[in-house]
Amino acid sequence: MSLYALCSILFSIGLYCLLVKKNLVKKIIGLGIAEYAVNLFFILLGYRQNGEAPIVDTYAAAGQYFVDPLPQALILTSIVIGLGVTAVMVAISVRIYEKYRTFDINEIRRLKG
Amino acid sequence: MVPLFVIIPLAAAFLIPLVAKVRQDSARWIANTGAWLLLCFSIASFWWVKNTAIVYSVGGWKPPFGICMVLDSFSALMLLVINLVGCIVLLYSLDYIKKYTSPHLYYTLFSLLLAGLNGLAISGDLFNLYVFLEISSIASYALIAFGTEAEELEASFKYLVLGSVADVLILFGIGVLYGRVSTLNMADLARSLQGISLADPVLYATALFLVGFGLKTALVPFHAWLPDAHPAAPAPMSAMLSGVVIKVVGAYALTRVIFNVIGITPLVSTVLIVLGVISMAAGVLLAIGQWDFKRLLAYHSISQIGYVIFGIGLGTPLGVAGGLFHLFNHSLFKSLLFLNSGAVEYATGTRDLRKVAGLSRSMPVTSATSLIASLSIAGIPPLCGFWSKLIIIIAAFQANHIAGAVVCILTALVTLASFLKVQQYAFLRVVDNVSREAREAPLFMRAAMIGLALLCIATGLFFWPFMESVIKPAARVILDGVRYAGMVLGG
Amino acid sequence: MKQEKGMTLIVKRITKVTVSLIFLFGVYIVLHGHLTPGGGFAGGVIIALSFIHLVLAFGKEAALKRITDTVISVSESVGGLLFWGIALLGLVFAGTYFLNFLPKGEPFTLFSSGTIVLCNIAIFLKVGAGLFAIFLALALFRITDDKQEGRNGL
Repeated sequence: MSLYALCSILFSIGLYCLLVKKNLVKKIIGLGIAEYAVNLFFILLGYRQNGEAPIVDTYAAAGQYFVDPLPQALILTSIVIGLGVTAVMVAISVRIYEKYRTFDINEIRRLKG
Repeated sequence: MVPLFVIIPLAAAFLIPLVAKVRQDSARWIANTGAWLLLCFSIASFWWVKNTAIVYSVGGWKPPFGICMVLDSFSALMLLVINLVGCIVLLYSLDYIKKYTSPHLYYTLFSLLLAGLNGLAISGDLFNLYVFLEISSIASYALIAFGTEAEELEASFKYLVLGSVADVLILFGIGVLYGRVSTLNMADLARSLQGISLADPVLYATALFLVGFGLKTALVPFHAWLPDAHPAAPAPMSAMLSGVVIKVVGAYALTRVIFNVIGITPLVSTVLIVLGVISMAAGVLLAIGQWDFKRLLAYHSISQIGYVIFGIGLGTPLGVAGGLFHLFNHSLFKSLLFLNSGAVEYATGTRDLRKVAGLSRSMPVTSATSLIASLSIAGIPPLCGFWSKLIIIIAAFQANHIAGAVVCILTALVTLASFLKVQQYAFLRVVDNVSREAREAPLFMRAAMIGLALLCIATGLFFWPFMESVIKPAARVILDGVRYAGMVLGG
Repeated sequence: MKQEKGMTLIVKRITKVTVSLIFLFGVYIVLHGHLTPGGGFAGGVIIALSFIHLVLAFGKEAALKRITDTVISVSESVGGLLFWGIALLGLVFAGTYFLNFLPKGEPFTLFSSGTIVLCNIAIFLKVGAGLFAIFLALALFRITDDKQEGRNGL
């Protein structure tokens, strides 16, 4: 239960940063923190007490007690997706700076209604 | 046969950057060929899934150990929506994209978007659904910002922030479910969750999914990105976004997860009904005062999605069938309306309704198709919108949600008023010296608009066979709920 | 006065030694993806990092002399098509999409897991080229007042 609580705290810090901060770059960093929190949560779900790293090296190791390897594969995918979204966000922010000359979202408000 | 839905658009997306270096305009033909092949396969898939589900194990690993792709009647309906609208929008883009530089980038991103949406519709594994959701989201972020004007970038950034919030919430929900039952296959999850259905982690996961998928489908109060993002995109992309993406990524995924995996409960049903009713009312009230054509259409999208979620949330066979039929109809007429607005913008250079007038004389095809689409969305018989709204209202009365039914009827009336305003200002009124020199849209744009208008009329006239063969099996899959697990895992 | 591109002399000397080591390490991680943690994505990132190291130390012309625009773009598309092709060959030769159809040799040796090694190589091409292209696009984007410059079409 404390696992859920602590990851949720980190997640809410990231979400706060993403939604409340006024600078575009801080929003990108906030999204990064939120994604890391979710990835961390997922990997920690796979932990088994007294488990080894799930790498099978020799025939003798095949019968050991491993931690759950599935979340590790999933999180690799999720990290790649996070990289893609961050790249798109940074590219759009660079072009926004070129058009609006500022990173402050209070100034970037041409769409109304 | 099932993975072809993902193989073909991915091939197009990877081939186009290579080939476009050699011959610039081969990109259009590759993308269009891929889309037409997909449309043929998605129509053929209705014969493959008569009353059963096709389960394809990727890589030969049987579920629940491997990832599987599941094609059942609900997926077949969504594949039809995606590929039909995708084909017609690609036809339209043949002429529209000439205004932008580097059109081959547009076709690459569009093929990636089609690949992501198709993969989402046939995914049988919860994490695979998330991966395809991300692929289509990233493609749509880039496509909205395609023109790289200031407003398009701002709209894309707004959509990016809210879309990413939705994605991390959905991933967190998947994590919570995985932590409880240690499997990600949707059928296996449904089976394992049956005994523990309202225990705390599952309720927490349901709430996370409701917010995450609700953000993607622009339910009120999560709708803030839609009025900015949809007008700013190029017109074919707006049609694709409003007609397909918010439905597949939002409503389809929400329905699949809540009905087939977690199992519908009265609490969740009430939440869906309340959110649907609020969306209907808020969307149409915000749309009345709009003078920007595309922004008005975007607000109407919010209210029509409210109809769909209200119908699906009712949970009765008639309600779910009405919701699904309205989903199909909305993708037809809303895409047609966005394509019309694109043609108006192409010809006159503006989207403001006060600045255009009398287009019915200079652009006859556009105004005729726009009239058909406006009558459809307002619910005038015998066009398609009338039947789906009628079914939803009857289902609401049957389920004793009188307040919801009354809101449906009032929303339909206000929608009619709003579109009468659009028709009057843009097409019918004649003011001297305004929009005289507007010329009709080029050939492919006209062909695409006429195609969609004919489909609107045909769906309205032949709605009963269409309901029986396409909508009712899909509704049956949803209402079977967690018995979906039996169909997939075999007993 | 001749302007020095890139960083100081010490950085340039060290870079000449470390770039090839980083590249070799990345290739090792890619090829042993089925035996040790890592695989295509991690190896691709490390190889892209070796090229980014070149750009940071010597300036962009030095890196672009070694590996041009077209090579980056083509290798990215070829990587994607190779991965797609391997999956499709599984469908054509052995009946199921993505099936592992090459012979699997002795476990724990280098060529022992069928198509996984080839998939890793395809992923490394795509990820490495893609990351380096993103870095170049963002680094070469210059904001000017009168004319908009940028890299698109990559």
